[in-house]
Amino acid sequence: MRYSAWQIFKNGLTGGSGWKPFWRTPEPKKKYDIVIIGGGGHGLATAYYLAKNHGINNVAVLEKGYLGGGNVGRNTTIVRANYLLDGNSQFFSHSLKLWEGMEKELNFNTMMSQRGILSLGHSDGQMDSLARRGNMMISQGDDAELLSKKELKDFVPYVNQEDPRFPIYGGLLHKRGGTARHDAVAWGYARAADHCGADIIQNCEVTGMIISNGTITGVNTNRGMIEAEKVGMAVAGRTSQVASMAGLKLPIESHVLQAFVSEGLKPCIDCEISWGAELFYISQSDKGGLVFGGDIDKYNTYAARGNLPAVEDVMEAAMALMPMIGKAKVLRSWGGIVDMTMDGSPIIDKTPITGLYLDGGWCYGGFKATPASGWCFAHLLATDIHHDVAEKFRLNRFEKGYLLDEEATGATPNLH
Amino acid sequence: MRIICPICGERDLREFHYEGSSKLIDRPDAEAGLAAFHDYLHIRDNPAGINEELWSHEYGCRGWLLVSRDTNTHEIMLIKLVRDVKFKRPVNEA
Repeated sequence: MRYSAWQIFKNGLTGGSGWKPFWRTPEPKKKYDIVIIGGGGHGLATAYYLAKNHGINNVAVLEKGYLGGGNVGRNTTIVRANYLLDGNSQFFSHSLKLWEGMEKELNFNTMMSQRGILSLGHSDGQMDSLARRGNMMISQGDDAELLSKKELKDFVPYVNQEDPRFPIYGGLLHKRGGTARHDAVAWGYARAADHCGADIIQNCEVTGMIISNGTITGVNTNRGMIEAEKVGMAVAGRTSQVASMAGLKLPIESHVLQAFVSEGLKPCIDCEISWGAELFYISQSDKGGLVFGGDIDKYNTYAARGNLPAVEDVMEAAMALMPMIGKAKVLRSWGGIVDMTMDGSPIIDKTPITGLYLDGGWCYGGFKATPASGWCFAHLLATDIHHDVAEKFRLNRFEKGYLLDEEATGATPNLH
Repeated sequence: MRIICPICGERDLREFHYEGSSKLIDRPDAEAGLAAFHDYLHIRDNPAGINEELWSHEYGCRGWLLVSRDTNTHEIMLIKLVRDVKFKRPVNEA
């Protein structure tokens, strides 16, 4: 069914009896052209673009839990294209363009809100660096605007500009950035992929890979064996585990990133603000909760919960940035497991196993990449050729020295 | 998470710095070649279970610790001082 104002009207009159589930619940078939491991945003988007862009719809998406129960449902929903490095910038630029057309494309309300992203600078050096980043964004074809201290005062009057330790000198505004409803993105892609013929199979955990003579021919799951011509992994957070079933070792460490939401408040923050002194970002959800987070916990972990020092850091940053936040109560906090790569940038590539493909290493920035990741991974799976905008996300770049190290911190996953 | 430093006793996580995998104490020989250094610098086992890792008691004795920790539960199994662990690489005679 195509959603429209007419359908809402009609179903309003008929007690909602016309609404159908977003997707089917099929039994797994014996064999597919392509099996995608991981029913999160990236896997579902991949299945959709395989059908839409490449006409391949004999596809299964295997999800070990429930759809959208992983990182796509655990992030701070920020969408942006403010990357600096060649290789990252065109990819995230492509992604933002897909975000802008997503609701029409999927016929689904993903509540995309381009409310702007403001990055703050706390020194002359940092302002120079923001100006450089802005110029790079503009030259890439995206938008950026450098705001002075005075302009900032008008734009975000509640921000504490005179903090003695980290006074605010100005900021870089990326107006096309914003937020989207994360669950709706997963549901929208799932519904669209299902309509195109892809089988979305939940509660189906991959337990092994069937590989002979260096070629993958299928996967073993808790619901039986499934044969496939090609297998794609899109299991951010668990990439090392799934890849180890194929005997692969990757340049990835798993870390936990915590996020927080306050009680619902009246509208007060109308953009997304990134503090520049430490990693801290905050926006307000449509329900009114302030959604904020900071750095990862900095040690390897698969426990989807963090420790208190990271919580303390985030709260201190929040208080330094906007003291008014001290009056709000934190409603809840949660953690998500992220693949931290050795240079802080993702991987979309073939693996040494023929027929096995990898989409992972999204660090803590996977949500904004969802559409372009699906687009480019589908391109690679269908054609065996890297998409132009994901050309540099190679697995062998670490060995060859073509790192995409946005933070310039070297092979230290916990510092990216 | 609290860590029992062999020198200072049980201390809060805030005092410690996490360096990474314990394989970092076994730097390959300078002549070992690209593959060995790529493995050393970039490739990680990243287990969901017992991880052998390096911590430094940065705001304490500044000692380097070799820690066995369960990455699923954060339970710490074993802590030793790196200096007490025999390096696999023979000491350079020069």
